[in-house]
Amino acid sequence: MLHATELLGATTYDAAGHFVGRVKEMFVVPSEQPNRVSRLLLSRGRYRPLVARHDQIGTVAPGRIHLTTDESALELFHPNEAWLAVQKDLLDQQIIDTHGRKVVRVNDVDLGDYRTNGNTELRLEDVDVGLSGALRRLLKGMMPMAALRRIQQRVPSNRIRWEFVNLIEPDPMRRVKLRISSDKLEELHPADLADLMEEISPAERQSIMDSLDQEVAAETLAELDARLQTQVVEKLNPERAAEILEEMSPDAAADLIASLPPETSEEVLQEMGHREAEEVEGLLQFGENTAGGMMTTETVVVGEDATRGEVIDHIRFHEIPPDQIDNIILIDRDAALSGVVPISRLLLAGSDQRVSELVFEPRLSVTPETEDKEVFDLFDKYNLRSLTVVNAENHPIGAITVDDVVNRLHARI
Amino acid sequence: MTSRTTLTETLSSLKTRSRNFGRRSRTWRRRVAIFLAVVGPGLITSNVDNDAGGIGTYSQAGAQFGYHLLWSLIPMTIALYVSEEMCARMGVVTGKGLSDLIREEFGFRSTFFVMVAALAIDLFNTVAEFSGVAEASEVLHVSKYISVPLAAIAVWLLVIYGTYRIVEKIFLVACGFYVSYVISALLAKPDWLLAARQTITPPAHVNTPYLLMLIGLVGTTIAPWQFFYLQAGFVEKKVGPRQYKHAKWDVLVGSISCMVIVFFIIVACAATLNTHGLTNISSAGQAAMALVPLAGKWAGLLFAFGLLNASLFAASILPLSTAHVICEGLGFEAGLDNKFKDARFFYSLYTLLIVVGAGIILIPKAPLWKILIYSQVGNGIWLPIVLIFILLLINRRDLMGEHTNTVLFNLIAWASSIIMIILTLVLTYVAIFNPSASGLSGSILPFLHFL
Repeated sequence: MLHATELLGATTYDAAGHFVGRVKEMFVVPSEQPNRVSRLLLSRGRYRPLVARHDQIGTVAPGRIHLTTDESALELFHPNEAWLAVQKDLLDQQIIDTHGRKVVRVNDVDLGDYRTNGNTELRLEDVDVGLSGALRRLLKGMMPMAALRRIQQRVPSNRIRWEFVNLIEPDPMRRVKLRISSDKLEELHPADLADLMEEISPAERQSIMDSLDQEVAAETLAELDARLQTQVVEKLNPERAAEILEEMSPDAAADLIASLPPETSEEVLQEMGHREAEEVEGLLQFGENTAGGMMTTETVVVGEDATRGEVIDHIRFHEIPPDQIDNIILIDRDAALSGVVPISRLLLAGSDQRVSELVFEPRLSVTPETEDKEVFDLFDKYNLRSLTVVNAENHPIGAITVDDVVNRLHARI
Repeated sequence: MTSRTTLTETLSSLKTRSRNFGRRSRTWRRRVAIFLAVVGPGLITSNVDNDAGGIGTYSQAGAQFGYHLLWSLIPMTIALYVSEEMCARMGVVTGKGLSDLIREEFGFRSTFFVMVAALAIDLFNTVAEFSGVAEASEVLHVSKYISVPLAAIAVWLLVIYGTYRIVEKIFLVACGFYVSYVISALLAKPDWLLAARQTITPPAHVNTPYLLMLIGLVGTTIAPWQFFYLQAGFVEKKVGPRQYKHAKWDVLVGSISCMVIVFFIIVACAATLNTHGLTNISSAGQAAMALVPLAGKWAGLLFAFGLLNASLFAASILPLSTAHVICEGLGFEAGLDNKFKDARFFYSLYTLLIVVGAGIILIPKAPLWKILIYSQVGNGIWLPIVLIFILLLINRRDLMGEHTNTVLFNLIAWASSIIMIILTLVLTYVAIFNPSASGLSGSILPFLHFL
């Protein structure tokens, strides 16, 4: 096991044993191999720096590298954006530890050395985020490397396996060039991902948001701090913003759009699908602290004559997401609210049973103008999961779900 | 069975009634809310500059030179604003703290030494703040052996059990208490016309003690650690570039209000101590006591209360800021919104600073004046380094994009930085080699008398 600190600055000799230069940087070329040190940048004072390829590296020891070729076989260095520089892009920078779900700062990089017929291949194995790496960085050059190694063995180390490391690269173009994948991030719970995104800088946040799959982006956005939501959406291009907002629940989308500057919100609404935009616009008219401002329009509405089996088929057929089906809203022939069936009651009923027999008592509903305080009281008193919102004609127009209530109450603590 | 389209239809019919009405009122309220949400770091940072050491120096300036140093407040406001604004801008644009940026751009080793220096100097400063608590309480006839431990515990509890939002609100209230100096000055019945005239009149005659006092004013008003706190404040509040103008106002209002308080402190002392020939004041506590017979009991008590408030205020922010800066730079979890088990190092460091800071004050016959000199010397050496880091970082196009300094701003920033650097270096030199020199002696040996 070697450390990047031990190799940066290492004196390098060619096959004939002549001094070539000092290692100034190590590059991983993700398009060739995701974790191999593929190029060494050798600086030679006032001469132009050279590059040693991985198959030209012979033996590697702390502070000392021997090549398998002559100096003349080395190429001149040309900067390449698609190369990941260990010193510049990794050391001292923040990365996301997708395993520990944390944003951490890199102190050192651990490299494994693998010998294959005369060559040594260096592979990135862990990043060191603990005390041992810090100590190495601090004391490097102030004592012999062997002595340093002895000291650091007594210090607890804190490492993250390379496969769990997700680089934070603010430039979206370079992100693509470096083949930074967001798969690992997308596997995280959106709430965890949102927490991570709150810890990094705006540009980095934007770059990750750009790279996420729409659905994950929408879920993550919904979990972000309200002020950050606005900042993020403002900087997305309107098409992408519209795509993401369409994936969000209309009430969350409406809250977000309301916080955007007017020009941006117009643009985004125009880019959105007709139906989604209308739902959102419908919600925007309500005051923030009223039932209308809290409700979502994504509800399941069925006729009161339906049976349990029919309702289940309806839910399956329309592929309604599970988080919307806490309550089934029943309406009569005039589309007026007749009652609400909690999903738990539906679960226990027989397939042919009419849903109207399962209605939750008392039959509750609020108008969109109802103050939020009154809504909270109802949730508290009747232990509700969801509360239906009706218009003046008693037609259901949406529902307030318990998670929105918790959110708002939490924000007031 | 009715499908979801009916719902949309119902909605669209509803919508026509009062389109946009709700949204407009929302944006109006939101705008005020955003401004209030952004305000804080600038106001707090500038006001906390008026800490125990600062108030001591201002009292002394007023006592010794009357209204004659008031002119320096306007240029100082500009210097304070210019330097703080750069940090605010960096925080808002990059979303990163100052120590984060130093780490990323200047590497581990520079960061480590910056952090060690910050720790040592801030510890001395913390001691100075607790000595302010001790001094104020003696004026109010409370023993320092009671007041200092109480203050330490109060400060510690406040930060450990409060979230950033709550703590910040309390800090904003503390900013309000500086008003006691305004009242104190009013009770002193100063010559307002003269004070106003002196504020805009450049100095007529300059001699060495005068110059040294001027340096003392600059040195205590612009403290290096405040830049870290300010930037971290805006980062932690997640102020984005669009709210930057609010942040800028926050910094401006902060800088001005800080100087207004300085104005009233100097005026209060000038109107009483200076006119009655009590020019040899050496500390804020002494000034408060001297005010009692001249301007009445209330003026003195308010003055002491102001000192207590300022010292407590700074004693809670300084250790907090230090712990924050160090953890940030070295990669430990930091911030009040973390729980103790997630940010062990952060909370331990914070606790240690308070315990040691308050503990030193309680040692009988502790060489407090030496510590105060060291804290001043430390600040003096430290300020140029921090300012240069700031100026290097703010002009990096890859970090700041279009928000780098303009040429004019750079000119003002470099000029005021260089002047500040020269002044603080002179102050440092004097503090080390000639601590008994003239007027300055008081500002750096404030508690000789009180010991």
